[in-house]
Amino acid sequence: MSKYIYAIFNDDDAVMHSIKPLRNKGIKIKDVISPFPIHGLDHELGLNPSRISICAFIYGCIGLCLVSLLIWYTMIHDWPMEIGGKPNFAYWKNLPAFIPVTFEGTVLCTAHGMVITFYLRSKLLPGVTAPHIHDRITDDHFAMKVLIKDPSKEQEIMNELRAHGAVEFVA
Amino acid sequence: MSHYESPLRKPLILQDKTLHDITEDICRPIEQKPTKLWYAAFTVASICLVWWVVCVSYTLGTGLGTWGTNKTIGWAWDITNFVWWVGIGHAGTLISAVLLLFRQKWRLSINRSAEAMTIFAVICAASFIVSHMGRPWLAYWPLPLPNQFGSLWVNFNSALVWDVFAISTYFSVSLVFWYTGLIPDFAVLRDRAIAKNLAPWRKSFYSIVSFGWMGTAKNWQRFEEVSLVLAGLSTPLVLSVHTIVSMDFATSIIPGWHTTIFPPYFVAGAIFSGFAMVQTLLIITRKILNLEAYITIYHIDMMNRVIMITGSIVGCAYITEFFIAWYSGVEYESYCFVNRATGAYWWAYWSMMTCNVFSPQIFWSKKARTSVALTFVVSIFVNIGMWFERYVIIVSSLHRDFLPSSWSMHHPTFTEVGIFIGSLGLFFVLFLLFAKFFPVIAMSELKTIVKSSSTQAKKYQKENVELVTSH
Repeated sequence: MSKYIYAIFNDDDAVMHSIKPLRNKGIKIKDVISPFPIHGLDHELGLNPSRISICAFIYGCIGLCLVSLLIWYTMIHDWPMEIGGKPNFAYWKNLPAFIPVTFEGTVLCTAHGMVITFYLRSKLLPGVTAPHIHDRITDDHFAMKVLIKDPSKEQEIMNELRAHGAVEFVA
Repeated sequence: MSHYESPLRKPLILQDKTLHDITEDICRPIEQKPTKLWYAAFTVASICLVWWVVCVSYTLGTGLGTWGTNKTIGWAWDITNFVWWVGIGHAGTLISAVLLLFRQKWRLSINRSAEAMTIFAVICAASFIVSHMGRPWLAYWPLPLPNQFGSLWVNFNSALVWDVFAISTYFSVSLVFWYTGLIPDFAVLRDRAIAKNLAPWRKSFYSIVSFGWMGTAKNWQRFEEVSLVLAGLSTPLVLSVHTIVSMDFATSIIPGWHTTIFPPYFVAGAIFSGFAMVQTLLIITRKILNLEAYITIYHIDMMNRVIMITGSIVGCAYITEFFIAWYSGVEYESYCFVNRATGAYWWAYWSMMTCNVFSPQIFWSKKARTSVALTFVVSIFVNIGMWFERYVIIVSSLHRDFLPSSWSMHHPTFTEVGIFIGSLGLFFVLFLLFAKFFPVIAMSELKTIVKSSSTQAKKYQKENVELVTSH
């Protein structure tokens, strides 16, 4: 029976610098939960870079197209008006006046699209409850999620983790 | 210790604060009963808010005739207040987005409350747009919705339509930027409520608003990327918003409004007034919530520098306007500016000049920049001065129309004054609720600099250097 345990650390540097030696000893570190972002941790854990900014770019392109289409349809195609001696006969001729709204619409779609993607992808939604691993996991303690495949080796792994700075264990 | 601690830079967190101290200091005021001072402030603000409801209801029920505006002066306090509030909002985005892109770590103690200020200020600004419409039930007309008039669409050539898109985009993007940053801090409050077995409503409220935040490595990786991209988007956005607000004036043909200098001049003025409001709010907040270790004299000094620089930019813009009015050779333009400084509204003009151009010049002195009392006084002066700036631009440009028979003056009624005072009440009610229930400092982000820029880190470094040298 394999199971997970959480090794609790009280220093971010101890967590950062123990990942490599622990992994070299065959200990399966699945995740690290921390109260603040630890820079370089994603690299150390071997996580892939986030693709969320690529999504943001795509949302921006979609926003740009939708807003341009809206302006073209309303101002040029459906009901062209002549305001102040400036007729709306061709989209490109009126483009300078359309830039502000096009820009705002693009930013709107990019920002909201990206944030919604972030919430859904990270399963952050109202009503979702997070497991309460340790009282101070969002305060000043750090949890390392370790997979234990062979229960007989549990004590050995815990000793190893303790040697690298773990102060507590939560099953 | 692998973190680099600069021996030259001043620490951003004082009093040897540890990670746990930060959590305690920020969460304690939220978990305790509010102080008497909070109740007193909340009562005053609520009374103003009630007055706002009364005056807005009277305006909407009776009509815009309850205001002092007339055929010549069609815009007065309403749009003055709108521009004033929007401008104030800009500092929050400047602090959280522009200073993030410039890697200015001192933003971390002030970005949360400055962003809250942005959101509340934009709400106040929007309330003036709705109340000055006269028929607010038709407030959806600036939106490009299919309708029964033909279908007659909104005019995308119009600066006022640009403004609708700019303000609503700005508000909603600022809101998600702020909320995304709040999620990890709500999780702190949730975990503390569970650990300390606090009131059940706290557990469920902070559990719902924290969206099930865990703080896994992947969470943080995405969080940081989202923050960076949002900062990159908000920076041009905030510049575009006040540019477009200025175009409401600049694209008209009214002398005094029809100028190309308006966009940069308005943006500088917005940053100027916004930082002044941040100072006003934070000097009070740090005192009441005992946050002197986080919002230090260094932070106040830095913001005063921004106030001084932007105040000088605004001063240059005032002088440039005058020069161009003369240099252009346009009679109407020259008259407008001479009249502004010496005409019927000379007092408004010179209040503006004194508060905006002269008063921040005191900050060339370091002693003045690091004085809390003086900073507070100057910040109030700047708030007043920037209100007068918009009043001068709007009312003094309008009151001498092209035909002398149309010349007029603006006398505010109690309704107009009431809506303005009331909007301050609305703002402070929202801000006080924020200070009571939300973490006023971005704890999770501030914790990243404990090892690189706190007095604790300095001490650690010093001890270690001594250890090294003594061996």
